[in-house]
Amino acid sequence: MDMLKKFTHSSLMLPLTALALLLLFNAIFVDGFFKIQVMENGNLFGRPIDILYRASSLIILALGMTFVIATAGVDISVGAVCAISAASCCVLLGGDISGVAQHPFFIAILAGLGVGILAGLWNGLLVAKFKIQAMVATLILLTAGRGIAQLLTDGQIITVYYKPFSYIGGNIPGIPLPTALLIAVCMVLLVIILDKKTSIGLMVQSVGINQTASRYAGINVTLVLFCVYIFSGFCAGTAGLIEGSFIKAADANNCGLNMEMDAILAVTLGGTLMIGGRYYIGGTIIGAITIQTLTTTMYAVGVSSDRLPAVKAIVILLIIVFQSQKFKQMYSNYKLKRKDRASGQKEAVNA
Amino acid sequence: MASDNDNYILQMKHIDMFFPGVKALKDVSFNLKKGEIHSLMGENGAGKSTLVKVLTGVYQKTNGQISFDGNIIEPKTPLESQQMGISTVYQEVNLCANLSVAENIYIGREPRGALGNIDWKTMSKNASVLLKENLGLDIDVNKTLGFYPVAMQQMIAIARAIDTKCKILILDEPTSSLSDKETERLFDIMRSLKAKGISIIFISHFLEQIYTICDRITILRDGTYVGEYEIRNLERIDLISKMMGKEIKENDIESNLDKSRPHENVFLETRNMTVPGKVKNLDLKIREGEVIGLAGLLGSGRTEIAETLFGVLQKSSGSINIDGTDIRVKCPMDMMNQKIAFCPEDRKVQGIIGDLSVRENIILAMQAKDGMFRHMPRSRQNELADYYIDLLRIKVSDREQLVSNLSGGNQQKVIIARWLATQPSLLILDEPTRGIDVGTKSEIENLAVTLAKEKGMSVIFISGELAEEVRTCSRVLVIRDHEKVAELSEDEISTAHIMQAIAGDYHGHA
Amino acid sequence: MKLVKTLMAVGLGAAIAAVSVAQAADKITIGFSQIGAESEWRTANTNDVKAAAEAHNIDLKFSDAQQKQENQIKAIRTFIAQKVDLIGFVPIVATGWDNILREAKRAKIPVLIMDRDLTVSDDSLYVAKIGTDSYTEGKKVFAWLDNYIQTNNIKPRNGGDKINIVILEGTVGSSAATGRAHGFDDALKASPNKDKYNILASQTGDFTRQKGQEVMESFLKSNRDDIDVLFAHNDDMALGAIQAIEAAGLKPSKDIVIVSVDGVKGIFQAMVDGKANATVECNPLQGDLFFTTAEKILKGEKVPKSVFVEEGVYQADEAAKVFPTRKY
Repeated sequence: MDMLKKFTHSSLMLPLTALALLLLFNAIFVDGFFKIQVMENGNLFGRPIDILYRASSLIILALGMTFVIATAGVDISVGAVCAISAASCCVLLGGDISGVAQHPFFIAILAGLGVGILAGLWNGLLVAKFKIQAMVATLILLTAGRGIAQLLTDGQIITVYYKPFSYIGGNIPGIPLPTALLIAVCMVLLVIILDKKTSIGLMVQSVGINQTASRYAGINVTLVLFCVYIFSGFCAGTAGLIEGSFIKAADANNCGLNMEMDAILAVTLGGTLMIGGRYYIGGTIIGAITIQTLTTTMYAVGVSSDRLPAVKAIVILLIIVFQSQKFKQMYSNYKLKRKDRASGQKEAVNA
Repeated sequence: MASDNDNYILQMKHIDMFFPGVKALKDVSFNLKKGEIHSLMGENGAGKSTLVKVLTGVYQKTNGQISFDGNIIEPKTPLESQQMGISTVYQEVNLCANLSVAENIYIGREPRGALGNIDWKTMSKNASVLLKENLGLDIDVNKTLGFYPVAMQQMIAIARAIDTKCKILILDEPTSSLSDKETERLFDIMRSLKAKGISIIFISHFLEQIYTICDRITILRDGTYVGEYEIRNLERIDLISKMMGKEIKENDIESNLDKSRPHENVFLETRNMTVPGKVKNLDLKIREGEVIGLAGLLGSGRTEIAETLFGVLQKSSGSINIDGTDIRVKCPMDMMNQKIAFCPEDRKVQGIIGDLSVRENIILAMQAKDGMFRHMPRSRQNELADYYIDLLRIKVSDREQLVSNLSGGNQQKVIIARWLATQPSLLILDEPTRGIDVGTKSEIENLAVTLAKEKGMSVIFISGELAEEVRTCSRVLVIRDHEKVAELSEDEISTAHIMQAIAGDYHGHA
Repeated sequence: MKLVKTLMAVGLGAAIAAVSVAQAADKITIGFSQIGAESEWRTANTNDVKAAAEAHNIDLKFSDAQQKQENQIKAIRTFIAQKVDLIGFVPIVATGWDNILREAKRAKIPVLIMDRDLTVSDDSLYVAKIGTDSYTEGKKVFAWLDNYIQTNNIKPRNGGDKINIVILEGTVGSSAATGRAHGFDDALKASPNKDKYNILASQTGDFTRQKGQEVMESFLKSNRDDIDVLFAHNDDMALGAIQAIEAAGLKPSKDIVIVSVDGVKGIFQAMVDGKANATVECNPLQGDLFFTTAEKILKGEKVPKSVFVEEGVYQADEAAKVFPTRKY
């Protein structure tokens, strides 16, 4: 009973319930939804695997976003940064049909991650140093980012035939789990270590709740803000490599399109509030998986992708309403009243 | 009894207010006569604010009945109650800092021109007249509210409240940020409002003020109703004991503390320290083991001196010398490394991190000092938090409780704990007892003296309540217009002397 | 290096533009709004328009709408304000153009539609449509498919009596998607072999690789062992789908016959590698035809309402031969 109560009051309860409901829906309406096969090459095949590996880039983006939102900021440039990262990596590898890379693979990867970090630095500079509102500051890269990516790729979709590049979004030969998923797991571990073994989490929350008081407590607010935006940029760089590798190409127009919104949704679904403060890594991960499950479900039941946003919006709306303070208060008032009425009736009977 | 009811503008009967898991008010009654000034008394957390919020429609009562002006009312929103004629001025000014003074006064009821456009000229004129005639304030009403100090903002909030045609005016701790002169002005206004038949509910921690201005008192304790009294029939000592629920002697709160004696070593010395527009040529010397006070009117520059000593503000000229060496300061961390700690004036904005736990708030400054990557193990955090919760007798359910759920006094203690944990040599307390109940107040005063006496810590104690300075400090610097105008040492310190010094006619012993 | 080159090109372009403004008096000025760069095909189309403009000595004002109708409307409005001689554009969606085209008509600027179709209440709002015929493309797809299945005597993989087809549709509402879908459907219905085919699933993949891949993944999860044919409304979706098919442990072009429309380099590469079967060319090299028609219109000559470019069908066996000559 106590365990149950603890669970229903925990921050994970809502995203987990949402996920469970979605899975239940799938179990009933989609044949063989949970079926996982092992293929001849040893790779795993099935919708649950699809969800996890498609969700991996979203999880990574959402991790970075969690810290940004915890500082009461937001980074809406991550989708565009994905495109820049994918573009720089693909440009360096080159679209040579023979499958030969023009530059070493690790340099291309470092370039992808590097531009992500660079983008984070830029955002951090605007937000932390010049005190521009986060939404406005990151809007600059949101609009300019795809242009930069187009400039890098000369407006072409550069298809990379170099084989190892496809391993990032696919499987490394001999490993049955998708590489993207493994990368996401590594990032989650990294974040958990940062959260538990350093006091970055404390500083981030403190800055998010009350910037002025944090400064008076001696916290270097500028540094903390810089750090979260750089980390978010790094996450976007990583996600960009994965997104690029999914289609083995740099598609400046579509790579990571609208993913910033999905990342923000994942974070808020997970219980972290946009006003900053407490953050929930576990919630964010489940939030990201929930959103991807929703997308996969829509494909599975044949809702066309242009109607997807509408369905998503409705589901998200429901979740956000359930999460709101006002709703929680109304619910507990209702419970209280019912209890009162019940006890009143009991007294009446006793009398 | 029936004829009695006619005299009451407001009767609240058997009010219950339950929050999930908490009963904030239990069977509370409150009766307000027409044209009286009625004080609502109680320690922090007694339920004063909750009762006011039930009346103004911020909360909806769980049970009970409110009759106002002969009708039963159920206010659902603050706007609704305001329209009925119940206006409130809260402790924290809740106007818009980035709108002009005139806009703040007339927001929502702007004077209109012939075409329905806002008549800015009339608005400014009306605002100036209102402030000048009712409050004696002659200020530029076109400047933004945020331009003025908190005290001024408070007066403007009052001006706004009295200009809406109200029958009941609620003043929730209006004087806590006002100087004596400003308070006196406020009282004049209150008296004239009373003469016009307006009823005033006055909430304040200052006993003198209650006894100066109020007609009757309702006392609350722990969310329950203690009683309703005529002020002239209630001794102060009885009031205190009823509020606290125990017998205490008046001497306990009024007597001087056994002050500490300073050591010979000078810990910090400033020479000609200047911050443009904020601090002028300050010479200041703090010895180990002494408590010095900074006295002065609000806006005189006391807080700015503290902020400069902590590195929030940067001096433009002059020097700060610590333990014999001149130091350069760029940010608070530089001063924290010099073992200086600072509990700021505005607890909510500059002090607590509301949604963090008591534990996290306590270890915050220490962790900031250690840096992000030298993480304090959880066991050590718990140990520290528990130690200070115990030492300062902070009332918490456990160390993981959110600090925003504590009463003001306990929040203040948490901030003091945060700084004590850094083992400072100099502790600066800026208005540490503002808006705090009597018991906690004397605890904090005692603490300041004990730290100096027993640990040899230097303490700077800033307070607008002169009696408090008298009780705790062994030296008082009087500040006026950003400048030090007098320095009173031990046997010179008295409320009268400090006031004379502020007024500019104290010339020392000899 | 590439970046430097691009920057230099931009700088040079600006210089040329500056010069050409000076000489613009005797030059024809044409405003052209492209929808963006969603695929290699589109990029080839864009490049051809730019090259042809130079060849025809036309002052081209080019605007990229980045996949948004409102950007296109904005661009056209700017062209009207600049009083260009003629406006050309590739409509991103088929509807919603009436108002802006009326504005152009009021300003007496002729409008030439390129590549995609649109629906307006009054046909006189534009002078002519240049481009490909997506309806015919759809028909050609079915004709090739039916022929291929019969000739190679392909049997359903699940042992049933019908060949199962899945379709990746283009952006909903776009003329290419609608035309290709109708062409394919009509050809299927008219075919004597119509009972031999079954459309198993059909969903939009938005003309992009990523969506094509995701939707194909979903198809494969439901019907991995039933799908015999994939018809993708463009090559990019087919390229995305090929990766999904491989990831599912199937052989593209062997287990699942793949046919798409457009004819971009990538699909030729895939055909060379034996991963795709055929593409119905949708010729993006429309620049020359566009400007020739434009010049005719400005000289006052009559042109037909619809003008089509040459298009062909390419199969895997000729891919290696054709591939080096492909411009896009």
